[in-house]
Order: sequence, then structure tokens, then C-alpha cells
Amino acid sequence: MKLKGKVAVVTGGSRGIGRATAEKLASLGADVAILYAGNGAAAEEACSVLRAQYGVKAEAYCCDVASAAAVRETVAKIRDAFGTVHILVNNAGITRDGLAAVMKEEDFDRVIAVNLKGAFNMIRHTAGFFIRNREGCIINVTSVAGLMGNAGQCNYAASKAGLIGLTKSIAKELAPRGIRCNAVAPGFIATDMTGDQAENPLLQMIPLGKMGDPADVADAVAYLATAGYVTGEVLRVDGGIAM
Amino acid sequence: MYFDAIAKIVAERTGCDVSAVKPESKFSELGIDSLDTVELLMSLEDEIGIEIELDQKVETVDDLDKFIQSKQG
Repeated sequence: MKLKGKVAVVTGGSRGIGRATAEKLASLGADVAILYAGNGAAAEEACSVLRAQYGVKAEAYCCDVASAAAVRETVAKIRDAFGTVHILVNNAGITRDGLAAVMKEEDFDRVIAVNLKGAFNMIRHTAGFFIRNREGCIINVTSVAGLMGNAGQCNYAASKAGLIGLTKSIAKELAPRGIRCNAVAPGFIATDMTGDQAENPLLQMIPLGKMGDPADVADAVAYLATAGYVTGEVLRVDGGIAM
Repeated sequence: MYFDAIAKIVAERTGCDVSAVKPESKFSELGIDSLDTVELLMSLEDEIGIEIELDQKVETVDDLDKFIQSKQG
């Protein structure tokens, strides 16, 4: 129970990698606030599982992380319910794939707004807790697309590459207060978001020869949440595809 | 007017005498960096029981005093 007494916030926590992460952190004893954008029923269900299975406090909050005002309001609610925040996992992410030559402006903007600005908004409004506590840990969920690029995903890859720059800058800014900031870079992980990839030729390029599981990423997040001397790191969880 | 409260916290943080803190003192000269300023503001929030969101740079003690006053409107 390494995280007993800690409060974790996981954005995009109702399903996929976020949900697996919320469960992993709860299994280590952390109380968990889940932020979700659309699927309230899934988020509430995740919370009841965390409460029943791990005996931790768990609450779900509907929040569009792209909106600074919404984030501010939600963080205030979390403070009222949990008192503070020790661990922030910026996992919320969307895709709007398409070739750059024909991509709609709004599809580019929305992906950057949720994936990159959303993480900034969350950090912006939780940094006060970390600074006050003189401890804290931020984990941004980026992607191998941010490391390698991906045809048809210029918006997504740019947002994820941006997250890496954000991660390293925040790591440097807050290190003097003992606050760490790291990233995990998942490869092909089997979730609702990635859908059916059975025919994807990229699967052949994964050295470990299979897609990952959300729990694989959650394990890496849990490691970073407890790795006291690790900051500014980007930990690939990708079966070796981006090495 | 929050000068006295700011001066007290600055003195506590830096170990200097409270009389050494003047309105025109720059935080950098008092040995307080930008991250310290953020923390200072948090201590002030606790001390005066108000909530302030620092969204601009403050260079001197007086800048901060005026900034808080402007937020109190």
C-alpha cells in the first residue's frame, strides 16, 4: 500500500488506460478522483469498483479539460472532497485522424486543446497543492506517435510531442520543490480508442509481437508515481516499437 | 494595504529583519525567486484568508501589494 493516504486525479479515467491506471493507483491505496468527458455511467461504475474492491475514496467528475474554467471549477470540487492532490495523471486524450492536406482546422485545434492544453490546464490548477505540500507527482500520458510521428495523425502526434516538452519543462520548474513530472509513451494498446487493429501492418513491427494491455501502461504510471528520484523521463510502454 | 503581512512573511522566509523589507524592495534582491513568489502568495492566502490567483509577474513588494488590492476590488 505504497500510496496509502495519497490523492490521485486521473483524467479520462472512465475507460481504457485511464481506468486501468485509476484501478492500479487504488490498488496501491490511493484515493482517486476520476475526470471524464462523456461517459458518466462508466466513470461512476469505475468509482464503485474502486470503493468496493480497494476500500478507497473514489469520486467521478464531468470535466472538459480543454476548458480552463471547467478545470478550475472541478479542481475546487476535488479540493472540497479530498482536501488536496498528490498525484496527477493527465491521460485524457482524443483522436481526429486525417491527412494534413485535408484536415479541418477544428479537428487540429480540438486535439491540441484536449490532449495538450488539457494537461496544461490540469497542471496549472493543481500546482498549488503540490507546491504547498512540497511533494507531488505529475504523469502525462503521451504516445509513441509523439516520438515517431504517424501519417494521418499530425494533430495527435503534435499534441503528444508537445506533452513531452511540457513534461520536461514542468519537471525543471517544480523540481526545486520536490515535485516530479514524467511521461509514459504507450504504443499500440488495446482499448476502445484504438479499436480493432488486427489488420494493421504496424503490428508486425512490434518487436514483442503483440498489442499492449491498458494494465501494462498502468503499471508504468504506478512505477513513476513511486520512483522518487525519477523526473523528466519519458517511459515507453510500447513492446519496443519506438526504440 | 497588505504591505505588513507581505513583509512579515518575507522576513520569516528569508530570515531577514522585517524592517529591511521596503515597498520598493525587489523580490529578487530579497533572495526570493519566481517560484518562491508563488509560495509567498499561498502563505498570504492562509494569513489573510483570501484567495488570489497570481496571473502576472510581480517584481517588487509594492507590486504584489497593489496586485492583491486590485484583486480585492
